[in-house]
Formats: sequence, C-alpha cells, structure tokens
Amino acid sequence: MGHSPSVSGSLRNRLVLSLIGGAAILAVLLFFVVRNYAAQVAQQGQDNILRASVTSILDAAAIREGEVEVDIPYAAFSMLGTASDDRIFHAIYQDARFLSGYPYLPMAAGRGRESTFATVSHQGEAVRVVTASRVLIADGKRTNVRVALAQTQDALSGQLEQISKNAALLGAGFFVLAILLSFWATSATIGQLKRLTDAVTRRGPQDLSPFQKPVPSEMLPLVTSLNSLMGRLDQSLGQSEDFIAEAAHRVRTPLATVRSYAEATLQRLDKEENRQDMRSMMRAIDESSRAAVQLLDHAMITFRSDHLERQDIDLAQLVDELVVRLTPIAEMKDLTLHYESDGPVPYSGDPILIQNAVRNLLDNALKYAPIEGTVTIAVSATPQVVINVCDSGKGFPDGELETLTSRFKRGANAEGTIGSGLGLTIAMDVASAHGGVLKLSNQPEGGACAQLLF
Amino acid sequence: MKFLLVEDNQELASAISSRMRQDGHVIEHAPNLSDAQAFIETTEFDLILLDIMLPDGDGRAFLKRHRASQLDTPVIILTARSQVSDRIGTLDLGADDYVTKPFDHAELEARCRAVLRRKAGTSQTVIELGGVRFDPVAGLLDVRGQRVSLRNRELRLLELLINAPGQVFSKQKLADRLFSYDHDASENAIEVYVGRLRKHLKPSDLTITTLRGLGYRLDNGS
Repeated sequence: MGHSPSVSGSLRNRLVLSLIGGAAILAVLLFFVVRNYAAQVAQQGQDNILRASVTSILDAAAIREGEVEVDIPYAAFSMLGTASDDRIFHAIYQDARFLSGYPYLPMAAGRGRESTFATVSHQGEAVRVVTASRVLIADGKRTNVRVALAQTQDALSGQLEQISKNAALLGAGFFVLAILLSFWATSATIGQLKRLTDAVTRRGPQDLSPFQKPVPSEMLPLVTSLNSLMGRLDQSLGQSEDFIAEAAHRVRTPLATVRSYAEATLQRLDKEENRQDMRSMMRAIDESSRAAVQLLDHAMITFRSDHLERQDIDLAQLVDELVVRLTPIAEMKDLTLHYESDGPVPYSGDPILIQNAVRNLLDNALKYAPIEGTVTIAVSATPQVVINVCDSGKGFPDGELETLTSRFKRGANAEGTIGSGLGLTIAMDVASAHGGVLKLSNQPEGGACAQLLF
Repeated sequence: MKFLLVEDNQELASAISSRMRQDGHVIEHAPNLSDAQAFIETTEFDLILLDIMLPDGDGRAFLKRHRASQLDTPVIILTARSQVSDRIGTLDLGADDYVTKPFDHAELEARCRAVLRRKAGTSQTVIELGGVRFDPVAGLLDVRGQRVSLRNRELRLLELLINAPGQVFSKQKLADRLFSYDHDASENAIEVYVGRLRKHLKPSDLTITTLRGLGYRLDNGS
C-alpha cells in the first residue's frame, strides 16, 4: 500500500503545449496570408491606375504626317498622384525606335494591346512598370506604338507596412486568445479526470461499490475497468472474510469434540500412566487449537488492519466488558483482576481489533500470573490514550523484550504453558494499524507489563 | 443442576453430557431447535447451552424468540466462529455468556457458575451435611451457622468431595479437576488446598481423611 507509480510527463502540459504550438503555427500562417492578400490587393490597385493611365496615353497617340505624335494628357499623370509623391517614369517607342521619356526604363515583356506588368529596378529603385502597345495605321502603313509607364512604390510599401503591422497584431491577438482558450479547454478536460480521482479518494476503505455518476464517453472504458476491478476486489475480500470464518468453524468443532472426549476419558481413567498419556494428548490438543485460533485471528487482524474502519468507541467500556468476560477464567486460578479507569476514554478505532489485542494481552497476563496472584488493567486518556496490562508473574525474560513481538517467537519462560507465539504479534499489529505502539517492560517489583499506546 | 444442551454435533454433545453427568448434573440433549423448543416447553432448566449453527436454524434466532417470550433461563452460547467477529451479536441478543470451541471444560464450568451466580443469587441445590450448609453456585459455605469465605479452588475441591462423601479421590484426579492442563498439576498444591479446607471444616462433623498412597476421602464423622 502507498506505493506511488512513477510519473511520465503531464497530460495537462502535453495538451497545453500542443494547443499552443498549433496556435503559434496558425498565427504565423494568418499573418502571412493576410499580408500577402493585402499586398496583392494593393498591387492590384496600383496596377489598375497604371493601366488606366497607360491606356489614356496610348489613346492620345496619333499619326500626323507620317510621324507618331503622342500628346500625353494631363489626367494620365495626375491620376497617378499619391500622398508620398511617388515618381513617375515613362518611355514611348515607335516600333523599336525610342521616341521620348526615359530611354533606359526597362519594359515588361508582352505584346499587343494587353497591358503587362512587372516589378523591376530602375535607377536603383523598385518600380512597377506597365507596358502596353497600340497599332496605328496610316497611309497603309502599320506602326506599333509602345508605351511603358512606371511608378515608384513608396506609397504602396508604406501601405504594406501598415497592413503588415495590423496583420502581426491580429496574429498576436489570435495567439493570445488561443493560449487562453487552450488553458481553459485543458482545465475543463483534466477537470473531469480530477473529479473522478476525487470521487475515488473520498471513498471509505470499505466502499467498493461501482461508480454510477455519468462520465464523458472517452473516460467510460477507464471507469468500466475500474468498476470491474472493484467488483472483483469486493468479491475476493468477501470470500477471504467468509473463508476465515468458515475455516475457524471447521477446525474448531472437531477439536472441541476431541478435547471434550479426552477430558471425559481422563476422569474415568485410573492407571497413572494412562492418565499421563491423556494429559499429554490434551496439552497437544490445546496447543493446536490455540495455534489454529490465533492463526485465524491473525489472518482476520491483518485483513481488518488493511481496511481499517474507525468508529468512535469508549475504551474504558470496551476493557470493562473484557474484564467481566475474563473474570471466570481468573477465578479458576484464584487471580485478582484489578481494573482501574478514570471515566470514559473516547477513541476512534476498530473495536474488534482493539478488543482482540487487549484480549491477547489479558490472556498472557492470566497465563503467566502465579496462582492467587494479581492482574492489573488500567485505561487512561491523559496524557495519552493508553491501555496497561500488568501481572504479578516472573516478568519477561531478560534481553528478550525486543524479540518477543516477532511472529511465533515465544519467551524462554514459556515452557509448560500453552501458546502459539502470536499473541504479542497480534497486539503489536493492531497498535501499529492505529498508529500506536506496543511497549513491553518489567516492573521493578517484578511482573510483566504490556502497554498499548495509541 | 439441570442443563439443556442444544448441539447438533453428536460426538461433542455426548462428550459434554458425560462430563456434566460425572459432575452430578442432569443434562438433556437436543440435537436441533425443534427438540429444544419441546424441552423448554415441558421442563424447567437452570441453564441452556446453545450452539449457533444448527440443522433447522440459527441458534441466535432461537435465543431471540426465547427472550421475547419472557423466558429468563440463562443461556451460554457455544460458538465455533472466529472470536473476533461474532462477539458483539450474541451478547446483544440476550445471551449471558459464550464460550468459543474448543473450550476447556473447566472454563465452561466456571462460566456456568458465574452466570448462575449472577442470575439466581442462590440455587436450590444447597447441600446440608454434618453441620455444614454449602451452596456451590453462590460459592457460600456456612459452618455451624458461621459464613466462611472460600477461594475458587477450595470451593471446587469441596464441591467434588461433598458430592460423593465416602468416595476416595486420588491426588492426581483432584489435580486434574482443579488445574488446567497447561500446568503440570502439582500434588503439593492439592495438599495445600486440602489443608485449607480442613481448617474451614474444623467446627463441623466433616473430616477429610488422607489414605496413604490412595488419596482423600470426605467423611461425615457424626
């Protein structure tokens, strides 16, 4: 019991980490998608104006006296005006011949009236260039007029920067929200497990009934196997308890028969040697029955100690009942039983276990006290709950005080008395099951003392 | 004393009965509850010895009925169950005491005596002989009208001797009855108790005679 399993990671951490990791990836993706889309839209806006502008320039182109004449309309440039005063470049070609503008302005590849766009570098600056051409026919001659119009992208990149900033803010906001949500979702999920754990922990040691409360479907297999485990445990515990009681019954009844017969026979025998044999036989019966009884008691004690069920009892009353019960036994040896208590001694423990422990101590005292001797039992609540059993016998043998509580160990002076060597072990086990100790000592004036300290 | 023994185990029952008869008691044996019921309806008993597990029911249920019908005959339960778990119920049901099998007959005897003393105070089986009035149940001895206090073993020794005046008891036989078998019965101890009894009985006509090599005998000297 109390063995804690090794821990391998935390479900909560794993869940939180994977949720946060996912949220981070999503936030970065969101940032790029929003920025790209915005950039595309902005680029499209610039392109549309450039196209309109270049179209109006081409529309203004005409052939006069065999010469291509381009009268650039004012509107063509004014529509390109921006807040950041972007510069505008243009170049006009007739067929392959440069007519006017900036001769080194790169052209976007493309042909026909369709406008083609490109972002190129001009005079060390990135510019957006649109190229369009128009075929003019005059005097049966085809002339191809090509116009390239370029604009720097200061306004655009300013706009883009703004959008990026907003997209980054949006991504960050999403990320923070996702973290909060993931913590909340994790707590809610783990909370179900915690509730189940609490329900298991809160149970009394004897409560092995199945869980009835509804659980999430994912936890159903766990709860189902937990219930079946508890069912089997309950069954096997019940079986061991029944088995102990049944075994006691099976062993004791025939032993009782043998013993009674032997006793009755002894009374009728006259020959001393036969009587001697019968006495040895009865001693052997007593030995074996006492051993059987104590082994079964010990099994029961171990069983109950593992499932300690405490209830409020009065130790003074418990001991008093035992004293009343043992008085006839004491009288058989003309022993005086002294019982000292100063009022009720309330304690929370298993009455059957404590009764058995005290009974074993009293049995010992009655056994080892000399004929017409005294056995003293004292119960007190202060300064500590303690039950004290002392006899007026020879006391524990020197140097054996430590070893006597071990299983089947009997004192060197036990020769000639019936016993199994389990009595003190039982008393000690009961004491430690209740968090107490069994203390053995010899009185200065002689006689053994056993103390149950709770 | 008149006992009713309710016990289904035939061997155990006859062993207990034969021992009880040796002690001079009358004992009826009922192997089941219905026989027991028939006995208590027709005869008055001083004490009932009751087993728990019987073929036609639970001895505890019988005890409960018995107590409900205002019968106050003392009952001692004979139980084979583990002493840790059965103790509570039987005494609550109105049993006066219980012994766990297997038991020392001397213990059963001691418990019977204790229960009877508690219940009845004095019994009808008072023996009057040679100027002595002896109540074995209450443990009271009056010698020439003078109350004498007896220790348990003196009382049991006197009970043995006074029930069979004129009969010779060997030291060993007496020791076997007075001491448990876990101690080697000491013949010296018997001499001590005989000595004490002689002192108590001095004013009366009763004497305890020592027969060398044979044992002791109680004589009514009048």
